[in-house]
Amino acid sequence: MNQDILHIRQVSKKYVNHLALNNVSISVPENSIFGLLGPNGAGKTTLIRIINQITGPDTGEIIFQNEKLQPIHLAKIGYLPEERGLYKKMKVGEQALYLSQLKGLSRQDALKSLKYWFEKFELKEWWNHKVEELSKGMQQKVQFIITVIHKPQLLIFDEPFSGFDPINVNLLKEEILSLQKQGATIIFSTHNMASVEELCDHIALINKSEKILDGRVKEIKNTYKSNTFGIEFTNARLPLVSILQPGYDIINYHADDELHKADIKIPAGISPNKLLEVLIPHVELHAFNEVLPTMNDIFIRTVTHAAASLS
Amino acid sequence: MRPLLCRKPSNPFVMNKIILIIQREYLTRVKKRSFIVMTILGPLLMASLMIVPIYLATVSDKTHVIQVVDETGIFFNKFRDADKIKFKYVLQDINVAKEALQSSGDYAVLYIPKTEIAIPENAIIYSDKQPSLTIKEYISNTMQKEIEKMKMKASGLDETILQSIKANVKLSTIKLEAGGEEKRSYTEVSMVLGMFAGIMIYFFIFLFGSQVMRGVIEEKTSRIVEVIISSVKPFQLMMGKIIGVALVGLTQFLLWVVLTFAIVTVFKTSFPDKFSLQNSEQKMISSSQLVPATDSTTPKADEMPETQKIMEAIASVDFGVMIAAFIFYFLFGYLLYAALFAAIGSAVDNEADTQQFMLPVTIPLIFAIVMAQYVINNPDGPLSFWLSIIPLTSPIIMIIRIPFGVPFTDLALSVVLLILGFFACTWLAGKIYRTGILMYGKKVDYKELWKWISYKG
Repeated sequence: MNQDILHIRQVSKKYVNHLALNNVSISVPENSIFGLLGPNGAGKTTLIRIINQITGPDTGEIIFQNEKLQPIHLAKIGYLPEERGLYKKMKVGEQALYLSQLKGLSRQDALKSLKYWFEKFELKEWWNHKVEELSKGMQQKVQFIITVIHKPQLLIFDEPFSGFDPINVNLLKEEILSLQKQGATIIFSTHNMASVEELCDHIALINKSEKILDGRVKEIKNTYKSNTFGIEFTNARLPLVSILQPGYDIINYHADDELHKADIKIPAGISPNKLLEVLIPHVELHAFNEVLPTMNDIFIRTVTHAAASLS
Repeated sequence: MRPLLCRKPSNPFVMNKIILIIQREYLTRVKKRSFIVMTILGPLLMASLMIVPIYLATVSDKTHVIQVVDETGIFFNKFRDADKIKFKYVLQDINVAKEALQSSGDYAVLYIPKTEIAIPENAIIYSDKQPSLTIKEYISNTMQKEIEKMKMKASGLDETILQSIKANVKLSTIKLEAGGEEKRSYTEVSMVLGMFAGIMIYFFIFLFGSQVMRGVIEEKTSRIVEVIISSVKPFQLMMGKIIGVALVGLTQFLLWVVLTFAIVTVFKTSFPDKFSLQNSEQKMISSSQLVPATDSTTPKADEMPETQKIMEAIASVDFGVMIAAFIFYFLFGYLLYAALFAAIGSAVDNEADTQQFMLPVTIPLIFAIVMAQYVINNPDGPLSFWLSIIPLTSPIIMIIRIPFGVPFTDLALSVVLLILGFFACTWLAGKIYRTGILMYGKKVDYKELWKWISYKG
């Protein structure tokens, strides 16, 4: 965890009248699950294509495993693009073999690995069928297999869950976590924040061609936390407003029959124990927890903040 | 395949991948049902084009018996039997002969009526069918000779003098070779050969160029392209596809040649009589046209039968140069256009959108084919020269010019320019391709293409 597998250093990429990436620097720690976040058109896909050497940066450099990124590294990188597909008229096995060999595997090695994965994903009997005969879910499994077949040290998934059905999403998540256990580093590019919370330990947020935020998910959440605590209680002898001292704000309040729920923001520097002391004489507490900002909140806040500071 | 790679140890990884791509492109196409059908149908069609006319000719040609009713008595035994014509002299009244014709099964009745003047100049053929041109010419030639002879005799000329003053002009063309060697040249054969080769190249460029284009569109619409170009460079994918399809084209062409040859040979050996008949019939036609049988002089070297002339004409073409040139122009013409077709395929989202870009690419090809007739009539004119030098038209026009004999400097210039043109087109196409294949849902115009070409990296 203490070493970085990938350094992106001051990378810029310009298309004729559009700046896709502006001086972006990101470091991806070894063995992490790294979320590359940003709204559509922010430059995520361009950055991923640069890492995959589909296109080159105008300025800046990419360091992969302490070496300047070069074509031989492609054998160590697995990429599942957002726009993905297979040759429809080609047989499944033949095609998987072809794509594995393109990744640099020998025919024998490819056959051996494919056999393992096809058995694992219950695709064995489809080996000699044409791709167009497969269901969408099965095609996605094949695509996943050819992404990981060459045991890459760095895996890049561009919007991996779009188009996958819920069962396959779970399968995919499990496989991704097990790949991480085996030592792989995973980069996710997505604007689906829920999956980020669940899987990623690091993120970088890109907006309008620039990186506006990066770091460990826990640290980022801590920086963005606002001293807000959620409480659930019954039997309030006084209204909540009159219990609380000035400086304590009720952000959300919701009463459901007996059970009352509220989010309370306390002034900076005050311990949550103070809040408890104030509450305990007047209510029967059922739950007390710190409300951390969701990645979605942080995402929206940073993006709108960036937009505001621009204008 | 692996030992091959050892020659390029500098980058076996890249080479290996290009070979993989070529293999896939080749095998998927060769295994297609349409390829197999085309491979079988092509030679069948070509072989039947050769065999059917011969077969039909032999089937319909019986020996024709012509009854001669000669009231003058001058032509008795003057009509010589030829291969397909037999003459029968009958001493009947013409009306009786006419009526008996149908029941006798003979072909026609030749009636030479008695005339007031000593030498008759009229004859009538009675037949229930339209008599063939060959027969009519044969009869009128024979009669003319006979009458000429009689007239000469009447005016006191000797037949030998007549023979000696008869002029028979035969125009032979002799091409002067560089080494001072003389060679007979045959314009007609050059025309046919050049035109055939030109049309073949035109056809193959279109057929296999558009296969490349469709392949690119398929990869783009099925969205597999980004998966592949994360393993190989877009340029490698493009070249792999172009070379793979080129090999498919060569395979198809080779199979066509071999299979056509095989079918014709099998037919020849199983029906040898049909082919010998064909030859004798041709001899008959030629001899009847050029030297009527009554003329007993031995034919001079120039008057050899037509078949032999064709054989010699074909032999006169320098097939080494022709075949080498055909393969070169076929290959590089295809490569140049295939790169452009690949670029078109990459710029569009589906085949329907290709129209606007197809036009400028196909215009030079169509122009070349339209100009082919002019080039044949004037193979050394300035227009022919320029069209055979400019890379976009040279694959077709130069191959048309070659059978007529092309100066070495022209050929060298054309070859060098075509190779340079191929590199230029491939470079240009590669630039468009690499941006185009990743561009979806965008209406692309020429301005946009220009932007893609000017992208760096």
